[in-house]
Amino acid sequence: MSRNEAVIAYVLRLADNALILAQRMIELVTAKPELEEELANANFALDFIGQARMLYSYAAELEGAGRSEDDFAFMRDGNEFRNLLLIEQPNGHFGDSIVRQYLFEAFYVHQLDALTQCKDQRIAEIAARAIKEVRYHLRHISHWLIRLGDGTDESHQRVQASLDELWRFTGEMFVSDEVDVAIRDNLAGPDLEAIAVLWKRDVEDVIAEATLQLPEDQWMARGGKQGQHSEHFGFLIAEMQFLQRSYAGASW
Amino acid sequence: MAAVSREQIYEWLADVPDPEIPVLSILDLGIVRDVSVDVSVDGGVTVSLSPTYSGCPATEVIESSVLAALEKKGIESIAIKRVLSPPWTTDWISDEGREKLRDYGIAPPVQANRSVACPQCESLHTERISEFGSTPCKAAWRCRDCLEPFDYFKCL
Repeated sequence: MSRNEAVIAYVLRLADNALILAQRMIELVTAKPELEEELANANFALDFIGQARMLYSYAAELEGAGRSEDDFAFMRDGNEFRNLLLIEQPNGHFGDSIVRQYLFEAFYVHQLDALTQCKDQRIAEIAARAIKEVRYHLRHISHWLIRLGDGTDESHQRVQASLDELWRFTGEMFVSDEVDVAIRDNLAGPDLEAIAVLWKRDVEDVIAEATLQLPEDQWMARGGKQGQHSEHFGFLIAEMQFLQRSYAGASW
Repeated sequence: MAAVSREQIYEWLADVPDPEIPVLSILDLGIVRDVSVDVSVDGGVTVSLSPTYSGCPATEVIESSVLAALEKKGIESIAIKRVLSPPWTTDWISDEGREKLRDYGIAPPVQANRSVACPQCESLHTERISEFGSTPCKAAWRCRDCLEPFDYFKCL
């Protein structure tokens, strides 16, 4: 893998995380339990789509093969997407989507923080833009996790179940492969072992405040970063890509 | 045509409104990072703009408004450059822009530990109704003295 290929692969992972999470959130538009949450959800999804667009455009430039941001989003097959398995998990109930969002954004904020020091200037600039948005998300989502965990017996029990269910998808975030190593060594990219420590510390604090129990160490699912997705993923991209697949090149 | 000056371009850009808060020009908003005029070639103008939020739907509208405004003034060669660094924050909104926001009924951004003043009656006795508002950059607030609800431009 050449240096340029590694950067493209890495940028696409970041972009795919942002796009697929946005797609999951868009499924929830008009379905949130209250108006403020409705606005928060749509605003956050918009942030992620903006980040995905900047990243796909950069990947397209690096690749230099004439593909556009839309080609990356709508014309790739499922096994070409490199998002984390955690991101693509179904929305479930309100608590499930809050836990999924929290576990990812608690990681993403440290990933972006490290990337602001990346020697690839464009990645560093996008990270500096995005981290401001992600810090805002994280504050809001943490409040929800605490409110649900430290809420009623019902909400406590249900959000604990969400945490137990989704925990097995968190390990993948911290497993380095050749792409992660190339970015770390060549471009001063994130050190995933160091981020794992920061993430665990933050998550433990919020979980404790939410009066929830940290799930036990367990087998961790992985494969998203290499294009091996869970069965839910096919349905997600079928809906997301339908229009461009059926009416290729359609535009506003 | 003869090359125009940077100052002239800035003057024209002062008439390009922000599409979501039309009372503000893009100069008030602080998203025009640079203007350059390439005298040596063809008098081509490059305008460097920063997006506010990553997903701000206004970004493309603003770019086409800039193109349209300069074309109307007879500039033939115009390039728009997107500048990400340093990232835009609400600190880039000019003092004049803050004044215009207040007159329009939107409370301008303040540092986190300061009180938000009601744009109607200037009371500091205000409360947040919702952290999220009509656009990604605004939150919904209410004045507890004059009881008017108002938009607050979030500090970023």
